[in-house]
Amino acid sequence: MNIHEYQAKEILKSYGVRIQEGIVVDQVGDAVPAAEKLKEQTGTGWFVVKAQIHAGGRGKGGGVKLAKNLDEVKERASQILGMQLITHQTGPEGKKVNKILISEDVYYPGESEVKEYYLSILLDRGKACNVIMASTEGGMDIEEVAEHSPEKIIKEWIDPRVGLQDFQARKVAFLLGLSGQAFKEMVSFIKSLYRAYVETDSSMFEINPVLKTSDNKILAVDAKVNLDDNALYRHKDLAELRDITEEDPLEVEAAANDLNYVKLDGNVGCMVNGAGLAMATMDIIKLSGGDPANFLDVGGGANAKTVEAGFRIILKDPNVKAILINIFGGIVRCDRVANGVVEAYKNIGEINVPIIVRLQGTNAEEGAAIINNSGLKVFSAVLLKDAAKLVSEVLK
Amino acid sequence: MSVLVNKNSKIIVQGFTGTEGTFHAEQMIAYGTQVVGGVTPGKGGAKHLDRPIFNTVAEAVSTTGADTSIIFVPPAFAADAIMEAADAGIKVIICITEGIPTKDMIVAKEYIQNKECRLIGPNCPGVMTADECKVGIMPGFIFSKGKVGIVSKSGTLTYEAVDQLTKAGLGQTTAIGIGGDPIIGTTTKEAVELLMNDPETEGIVMIGEIGGGMEAEAARWIKADGNRKPVVGFIAGQTAPKGRRMGHAGAIIGGADDTAEAKMKIMQECGIHVVYSPADIGETMLKALGAK
Repeated sequence: MNIHEYQAKEILKSYGVRIQEGIVVDQVGDAVPAAEKLKEQTGTGWFVVKAQIHAGGRGKGGGVKLAKNLDEVKERASQILGMQLITHQTGPEGKKVNKILISEDVYYPGESEVKEYYLSILLDRGKACNVIMASTEGGMDIEEVAEHSPEKIIKEWIDPRVGLQDFQARKVAFLLGLSGQAFKEMVSFIKSLYRAYVETDSSMFEINPVLKTSDNKILAVDAKVNLDDNALYRHKDLAELRDITEEDPLEVEAAANDLNYVKLDGNVGCMVNGAGLAMATMDIIKLSGGDPANFLDVGGGANAKTVEAGFRIILKDPNVKAILINIFGGIVRCDRVANGVVEAYKNIGEINVPIIVRLQGTNAEEGAAIINNSGLKVFSAVLLKDAAKLVSEVLK
Repeated sequence: MSVLVNKNSKIIVQGFTGTEGTFHAEQMIAYGTQVVGGVTPGKGGAKHLDRPIFNTVAEAVSTTGADTSIIFVPPAFAADAIMEAADAGIKVIICITEGIPTKDMIVAKEYIQNKECRLIGPNCPGVMTADECKVGIMPGFIFSKGKVGIVSKSGTLTYEAVDQLTKAGLGQTTAIGIGGDPIIGTTTKEAVELLMNDPETEGIVMIGEIGGGMEAEAARWIKADGNRKPVVGFIAGQTAPKGRRMGHAGAIIGGADDTAEAKMKIMQECGIHVVYSPADIGETMLKALGAK
């Protein structure tokens, strides 16, 4: 589960990780009072107004702006709040900004050089343990750093038996070239950050940039936190941080019906049992000349109710020109699924796009007979390649 | 011969008396699998499906001589169940449970590292040796005893491959569902290696999906090992978008190496017969074995 920057920073702060302080608001009128309060708390003279959406690249898209006084705070806030922010991660339609974070300025001049670093914690799947990644190339996309100058990426793997050790935090801080007060701050920053990562059951922390201020403080300027969905059951407080306005409405509706659905941009909808087969069905649609409109796994218990919910969600997508239902009946019987499809179809009434139903496995022939005798505008197939052929035919 | 499980395997079911455990234990028994008992803490001493229930895996092992365990325990307790099985001396632990927190799996995987056991899964359909033994949730009737082994991250996609191999007249030796989570007990390469060394297996179907580097690792090993047997490979998710989890917890494209395209390229370079449509698995294997 993704959360907002301001929520991520609250979590970090509660674990003693120093952050760039800020106050979140959702009304332009609250921006100046928030800035005044922040000034009182931190003494900051300048402010940064930051759009809160679940996507990276906010700065380049015009969602992060400096304000040098309170008038500018108001101006920036009114520009950013409510805007449709487009970044490389939002898609061409962008995302509406419903909240902004009024933040202190941490790039103030002083004795020592201000410098940005990169720090992340994530799972190394191959080694089955967590890894801390750090780089002196703060503020840059880590994938670009990995491609062009991999030697600049520091990796420190954490032994699951003992967790992060002090020497490892020191090693990272030394390799980042720090010394003195900034070194000490970085060591404690890494240790607190790792504790926060483990105790919140996170699957990724990315702090980019981590900043060394001109008075040698180390703090998180941005924070991207990804929580392990499988562990949310034991973090009720974190589960509440979910912001459904950041999600696709169809995905929210699908989740409420226990369907695993991901909205895509194509023209052929699909409904499948099993995640692997669902992805493979999307691939087949592409090979048949279409483009998948979605990923949809109805799970092990495909019945009239789940099929109907699936139909309704797929049909709400105006781009859908055809629907492919692909069920491999192992434990679930194909005749039951076929009856479910017919029942769901009748409950919905008129469906104006062609539907291809491919049922294979237990009672596949009986299932096909039910579909063929239903009198509905539904094509049936038993073999996967026949279903693929039907998809290309209906798209012609 | 076969790998991991056969007609002599003695199986216990952890989470025996739950809905899933009960249903699938019945199916396994109906297939002829030797289910010798089950474990449900607190219900020890009673019977279920005409077989004894034990409080602990250790007790089940010492009483029944079980060497294999299948786990249907809910996600919050499943990692603990894996470690209990390993501690009790179970040799093959097959975990079906989906949704185990990653943090718990890191601990469980580390714990079993030095034990003499092999973990399959979690989040998998289990292991099935045609006509001998079913330790999982795969539908038995689509299998026929034959010569192709299967390694797969996905459930229903495995059934698809099994069905095509049956219809092509090739049949199967053992199908291994390794699971779709980011951390799993047995990797693609390890499962392929088992089948490569099985004298009865003449060809291998390797089904992967987006996310992680296991298919590339397996492909490189197959090449280094001299391509002893033909391998047909498929990667699901050629059309999946970046950064979205596609059902399985592990099926997510983070970096460039995670894509289906990248994996298929490496597989091809390593001499694997890559298919772009899962509908072509059976026919491709038929040709590959014929040409051998």
